[in-house]
Amino acid sequence: MELLFKPWPWYIAGPIIGLSVPLLLLMGNKKLGVSSTLRQLCAACFPGKLPFLNYDWKKDSWNLYLVIGMIIGGFIGGKLLADPNPVNLSESTIWQLKSMGLNDPQGLMPAELFNWASLFTTKGFFLMIVGGFMVGFGTRYARGCTSGHGILGLSALQWPSLLATASFFIGGILFSHFVLPLILSV
Amino acid sequence: MFTVIEMKNIKYLLVGIVFGLALTKGEAISWYRIQEMFHFQSFHMYGIFMTAVPVGALSILLIRKLKLKTLQGEPVEKIKKVYHHGVIIGGMIFGFGWALTGACPGPLYAQIGAGYSVTIVTFVSALLGTWTYARLIPYLPD
Repeated sequence: MELLFKPWPWYIAGPIIGLSVPLLLLMGNKKLGVSSTLRQLCAACFPGKLPFLNYDWKKDSWNLYLVIGMIIGGFIGGKLLADPNPVNLSESTIWQLKSMGLNDPQGLMPAELFNWASLFTTKGFFLMIVGGFMVGFGTRYARGCTSGHGILGLSALQWPSLLATASFFIGGILFSHFVLPLILSV
Repeated sequence: MFTVIEMKNIKYLLVGIVFGLALTKGEAISWYRIQEMFHFQSFHMYGIFMTAVPVGALSILLIRKLKLKTLQGEPVEKIKKVYHHGVIIGGMIFGFGWALTGACPGPLYAQIGAGYSVTIVTFVSALLGTWTYARLIPYLPD
């Protein structure tokens, strides 16, 4: 029973994530990609007169089912089967986060940064509002995210996806090393 | 929006559940894990990529070699990603956001499901980012 609540090692989680690629292809020529749902929701809710958002979004509604499933999967994994122990981070990460003024890790996200009241602080504004904006803007501009380029594109040996994934990491490394400490110090 | 739940799409819901569960139990939706990854302090996240991609690649190869058909009996289409400058510029901007939020779009959904309700705000902000991109397309290098 206890095993159900334990986190999955990378060699279990990784292959299962990878299997979504052939499953979707075989179920109906569907290409794994999550960030395109952001475009679809924009097209469904507030397309305005923008050409990029005026298209038949309903034709691709399969991936809205995919992401609703992901919310349910998150609920099962993060609520029903939540691991009571903190994430098993490396010593150096724990030390480093402490040096930036964070508490000991608890749950999957630092509650002291990601909470409703924190939205109205400088830290929360940058981490959630600005960060979220860049995720939505950047993934659409790159025409894919970690799933579409990083998993599907790399699996299909597409070199533009390799460039995209490298860019995701360069951007992430830069911000994690140099910008996050600044934001956390305000 | 979902006036009619299409039964033919329920299978994608099931894939989503498993995908979301693997991301969550694999801790790929954890802000902590993302910082650890960007600091190269653990193999965990790289292990996930380094197993997910070969599994995906081998399956695609197998589909090709065995000429497998979709459930509808159609040939499986080739996957083609085309280069444009947004791959690099947009990719970097997404990377910036990934480091701050600790989430790419998939984990955003899973975090909401996992009960981190404030992620809804991050998500709405991501929608706003996508909308802004749509608005600015004429002015951005392609």
